[in-house]
Amino acid sequence: MADFEPVLLRRILKKASPWLDAYRADGGYRALQKAVHEMTPAQVVDTVKTSGLRGRGGAGFPTGLKWTFLPKDHPGPIYMCINADESEPCTFNNRILMEEDPHQVLEGIILSCYATRASTAYVYLRYEYGRSYRVMQQAIDELYNNNLLGRNILGRDFHLDIYLHRGAAAYICGEETALLESLEGKRGWPRIKPPFPAVEGAFRKPTVVNNIETVACVTHIVDRGADWFKSMGVPPDPKNPRDTGSYGPKLYCISGHVNKPGCVELPLGITLRELIDKYGGGVWKGRKAKGAIPGGISMGIMTEAEFDTPLDFAGPAKVGCLGLGTAAVTVFDEETSIVDVLYNICRFFAHESCGQCTPCREGTGWMLKIMERIRRGQGRLEDLNILEVAGDQMGIIPGTTICGLADGAGWPVKNAIRKFRGEFEQYIRGAKKSRLLELVKTH
Amino acid sequence: MSVLSEELRQKILAYVPRYPNKQAVTLPALHIVQDALRCVPLEAIREIADLLDLSPAEVHDTMSFYGFFRDEKQPLGKTRLWVCRSLACGLRGAEELLDTVCKKLNVQPGGTSADGKITVEFAECIGACEGAPAVLIDDEARMNVTPDKVDALLDELRQ
Ligand SMILES: Cc1cc2nc3c(=O)[nH]c(=O)nc-3n(C[C@H](O)[C@H](O)[C@H](O)COP(=O)(O)O)c2cc1C
Ligand code: SF4
Ligand code: FES
Repeated sequence: MADFEPVLLRRILKKASPWLDAYRADGGYRALQKAVHEMTPAQVVDTVKTSGLRGRGGAGFPTGLKWTFLPKDHPGPIYMCINADESEPCTFNNRILMEEDPHQVLEGIILSCYATRASTAYVYLRYEYGRSYRVMQQAIDELYNNNLLGRNILGRDFHLDIYLHRGAAAYICGEETALLESLEGKRGWPRIKPPFPAVEGAFRKPTVVNNIETVACVTHIVDRGADWFKSMGVPPDPKNPRDTGSYGPKLYCISGHVNKPGCVELPLGITLRELIDKYGGGVWKGRKAKGAIPGGISMGIMTEAEFDTPLDFAGPAKVGCLGLGTAAVTVFDEETSIVDVLYNICRFFAHESCGQCTPCREGTGWMLKIMERIRRGQGRLEDLNILEVAGDQMGIIPGTTICGLADGAGWPVKNAIRKFRGEFEQYIRGAKKSRLLELVKTH
Repeated sequence: MSVLSEELRQKILAYVPRYPNKQAVTLPALHIVQDALRCVPLEAIREIADLLDLSPAEVHDTMSFYGFFRDEKQPLGKTRLWVCRSLACGLRGAEELLDTVCKKLNVQPGGTSADGKITVEFAECIGACEGAPAVLIDDEARMNVTPDKVDALLDELRQ
C-alpha cells in the first residue's frame, strides 16, 4: 500500500488553499466541465454505477443504483439532499472534507445533481459544524459569482441552487428520512418506508440522499473514470452473491487509546490491526488493546483477537459486527472496563432515540438502566441475558422498528455481552471496578 | 409588543425563497431567534408561526423535539459551552473534564454560571474525536481540552 496516492485528502495533506482559484489551479472543476460539455446525465449515472461506488454514510448502498430509482422523465423538481449530519460517535471525516477542501465536495454535489437532474441541493449540516458551515458558505458564494451555480451553469441548460440547512443537535436527523422531515421543518421522526425517498422524498418529490464523502468520490470518478476507481479496494466475494465489492479510497477515522488519533485515507480493505499499528501510532502508553469499535459505535465491538479483520463493506460482519458503518475506529486499551465502554454507548442511544417506536424507546432506556445498575455493583448475572435478548429484538432487521438506530443500539450490546461475558460476570461478582463511577454520579 | 425586531423578521423572511414551502423555514427561524435572544420565548413562537403561516403548535412541536432550543424560563448564557461525553472523549477524560468545568462554575450540566456568562452542557459526539477530550464553544470545536486547560478556557469565555 506504499504506492497509494491519497485522492480525497490529496489537497488537504498539502494544506492547499480552499479558495476557488487554487482549487481550479489543482485541476478542480475539470470533471464538471467534462460532464456538462461531453456527457449526458445518463452517462454520468452509468459511470458512477460502473465504478461500484457504495455510499459512505453507513449503509453502503450502491450510489449509481440509488440514482436509477428516480422516476424517469419526472417533470421535477427533483431534490438532492446531502447528508452532512455526521453524528455517528467517533466519526469526523466529513468535517475534514468540508473544512479543508470545500470545493472538492461542492463539485461532487454539482455533478451528482447534473446526473440526477436535481435542481436544488440542500446540505443538511449538523449545527455543531459551525466552521464547516462558514467555509462551505464562502465557497458556495464564490461559485455563484463564477457562474458555477445558479442559472445556465457553464453556459448550458443546467440550473442549480445549493443551500446549507443547519440541524439542531439531534443524531437521528442523520437517518435519511428523519433528515427530510427535519428539513421540512418538522420533528426529526423517521418515515416508514416505502415510499423510498427516490420516489417520495423532500417535499414529497423524488429525492436522493447522499453522504459528503460519497459525493466527494463522485468528483474523482467523473474525472478519472470508473476503471481507475475500481483499481483500488476489494472485489466482490464470489461466495457471497450480495457482496458488490468495496472499491475506491476510504477515509478511516482513528480515535481513543492510540498514540496518533486522526483521519487517514486508504484503499478499502485494510485490517483493523494495520490501521491501528501503522496509521494510528499503536496503542498508547505501551499497552495492549482490549477491543475497538470498527465503524462508529452502531456497528458493534471487535475484540483484540479479531483485529485482523479487513475493514471493507463485508469484513466486520464476518466477526459478528453490523457492518463497516462509517469506518470510524475507536480503540480501548486493556485497562479499560468493558462495563464503562458499554455504559457510554448505551447512554448515547438512550439519549438519541427519537421515541417513536416502543422497542427502541423502551429498549434503549432499559439497557441504560441495567448498565447503570451493573456499574454501581447492583447487577445480577441474569441482567446479561436480558441485555442480550433486548439487543436481538430491536431494530429493522428483526422488524420491530422504523429505522436503523435501534439496530445500532442493540448491536454493541449483544456483541459486548457475547464477546466479553467473562469480564461482565467478574464485574457483577464484585471483582472489578469502574474507574469512572464516582465521576459520572455527579452529573 | 412583538419580541421579534424588524431586523429579525427580515432575516427569517430571507430564507423563504430557498424552499418550496414556508414550514421549512422553521429551523432557520428558531436558530435566528435563539442566537439573538438566547432563548425562544412563547411569544416568538407565535410570531414565527405568523410569519410562516403555521400554527404556533406546529412551531412548538418542532422546537421541543430538539433539546437544543431553550424557552424563556431557561435562557442561555452569553456563551454555550458543550463538553463532549461520547466514547472517544470518554476514553480520554471527558467525564473528568465535565466534572471540573461544572465544579469551577458551580453548576450542573444545563445550568448557567451565576454571572450569566457561560452555560454548560454535555454533548454527544461533536465530531472532533481526534482531539479528545473536545468541547464546543457555541458552534466552534476546541480540541485537547485537558482539565489543566480549564481555568484558561473559562477565563477566556468570561471576557
Ligand atoms: C440512526 C441513523 C443515523 C444516520 N446518520 C447518518 C449521518 O450522520 N450521515 C450520513 O451520511 N448517513 C447517516 N445515516 C445513513 C443514512 O440514512 C443514509 O443511508 C445515507 O445518508 C445515504 O448516503 P450514502 O448512500 O451516500 O451513504 C444514518 C442512518 C441511521 C439509521
Ligand atoms: S427505531 Fe428508534 S430512532 Fe428509529 S424511528 Fe424508531 S424510535 Fe425513532
Ligand atoms: S466522541 Fe467527543 S468529539 Fe467525538
